[in-house]
Amino acid sequence: MYTEKVIDHFREPHNRGKMENYSAVGKVGNIVCGDVMWLYIKVDKNDAGQDIITDISWETFGCTAAIATSSMVSDIGKGKTIEEAIAVTNQDVASELGGLPPIKMHCSALAADALNEAIYAYLIQEKRSIPEALQKRHDHIAKEMAQLEERYAAFTEKGNSKPRGCE
Amino acid sequence: MAMNKNVYLDNSATTPVAPEVLEAMIPFFQSRYGNASSLHSEGRDARRAVEESRALIAEHLKVHPSEIVFTSGATEADNLALLGTALRSTGGHLITSRIEHDAVRHSADWLASRGYDVTLLEVDEFGRVSADDVREAIRPDTMLVSVMAGNNEVGTIQPIRAIGEICRERSVPFHTDAVQAYGKIELPMDVIDMLSVSAHKLHGPKGVGFLYVRKGTKLTPLLHGGGHEHGRRSGTENVPGIVGLGVATQIAFEERDRVTQRMEGFREYLIQEVLKLPATRLNGHPTESLPHIANFSFEAIEGESLIMKLDEHHIATSTGSACSSPNLEPSHVLVALGVPLSMAHGSLRVSTGRQTMQDDIDALLKALPIVVQELRDMSPFKVGG
Ligand SMILES: Cc1ncc(COP(=O)(O)O)c(C=O)c1O
Ligand code: FES
Repeated sequence: MYTEKVIDHFREPHNRGKMENYSAVGKVGNIVCGDVMWLYIKVDKNDAGQDIITDISWETFGCTAAIATSSMVSDIGKGKTIEEAIAVTNQDVASELGGLPPIKMHCSALAADALNEAIYAYLIQEKRSIPEALQKRHDHIAKEMAQLEERYAAFTEKGNSKPRGCE
Repeated sequence: MAMNKNVYLDNSATTPVAPEVLEAMIPFFQSRYGNASSLHSEGRDARRAVEESRALIAEHLKVHPSEIVFTSGATEADNLALLGTALRSTGGHLITSRIEHDAVRHSADWLASRGYDVTLLEVDEFGRVSADDVREAIRPDTMLVSVMAGNNEVGTIQPIRAIGEICRERSVPFHTDAVQAYGKIELPMDVIDMLSVSAHKLHGPKGVGFLYVRKGTKLTPLLHGGGHEHGRRSGTENVPGIVGLGVATQIAFEERDRVTQRMEGFREYLIQEVLKLPATRLNGHPTESLPHIANFSFEAIEGESLIMKLDEHHIATSTGSACSSPNLEPSHVLVALGVPLSMAHGSLRVSTGRQTMQDDIDALLKALPIVVQELRDMSPFKVGG
């Protein structure tokens, strides 16, 4: 059901793990399947004074496709300007992977959303104006995240970090 | 990871056909290819083989051969039990549980959509139905109780003798899906009216099974045609499959004590070792379980990824994870057990077979901590410990 490319990225994902000194992080999740993706970006100015995403990394709790799309979106986003990165869609991520099964398309949406959220967080932090489309997407994602954070409160740093273990 | 031997620990999904079974089947594809309904000697030969297999199965179950109805597998057997009972009238009440296999679950859903009343029995944290709940749920219009003998995801054994006795008292027919339990545990046939079995879970071929139907149990057929199986299931008999099912049954019953004892040993060892990993739990009942199934959850890990990582290590297992299911919902069984959603996503089912060796278990136990750590390192959620 998965393409070789998906399997390759799953087996040896690029840019995984938390980033030190990141500029911003985007946290997204899907309430139906329960998968969660955190994506870190590092932003610097290029010679022309544009904001460039110089580095991306991620931490993902999710299926094979969620891990592969995390890996792929980190490759795609690196080196792009903020404007270019906002334009990255889940279709871009999926097609770079040679396609995804229909039911797994939402995993690529998670990846594109994570990038968007990181950019959103960055723009807010830098007190920049937020493009309307980005704001809308953020509002939608934030709602879902609130529900998920409740579900996973037991093992996010905010909550009780002790495992429940075998009950 | 230079290991090339495949470790197959997904025997609840299907099993390899036993060599003896295959050998017994082969002639019925080639030299003994008759249609069991034909009058000529080829036909009579095939009929004899079908009836011998039926008699063999009946003997092991201590029932009458005419009570065995061959089907295309357990999905059909479950459908025949539920729909065949329900469709005798235009309405009525069915009692079943929340942890049934989809073959029962979706048959019940379908009946509900056609106006039948369906009661879904809850289970406790181990996945057990309470016989008292069955007693309370029975109504004057209850036409059938269907509770599986042993669960295919977590392995929990149901109190089917107690349930069957209550059904007997109240004169309600009792059906049990015994696909995973058949040949593994003792089945109280004296209180069971219908029982579903599938050959491929038992080192037999895919696409064949049977429904045991106690004499006097009324069923309307679902497949209409040439009136095979005494009119209860039309369709030319799958002669090689039926022969294979007979031999698979014989092996399973004859080897039962020895094989299940070994399986129990594997299960206990697995539980002991897997629970040493941090933030891990056993799903299902620690002891009241089928010998060949163990189901675990790992905090902060998603099941499909876990299965795929183990597959890289050439180890075949399965998951009740949402992400591997066609609707993304977590396993209805784990949800019914009250497994927290955060844990229900990371389940691993390990199921052994007749061919499983200690090496297979060791290979899993060697790879598991590595892949669990690898996936936890990738996860935004940190487990303590
Ligand atoms: C408990 C249970 N019931 C029914 C079935 C369906 O059996 P079959 O594959 O023969 O249709 C299975 C196996 O998938 C099962 O595990
Ligand atoms: S199944 Fe939901 S992210 Fe993959």
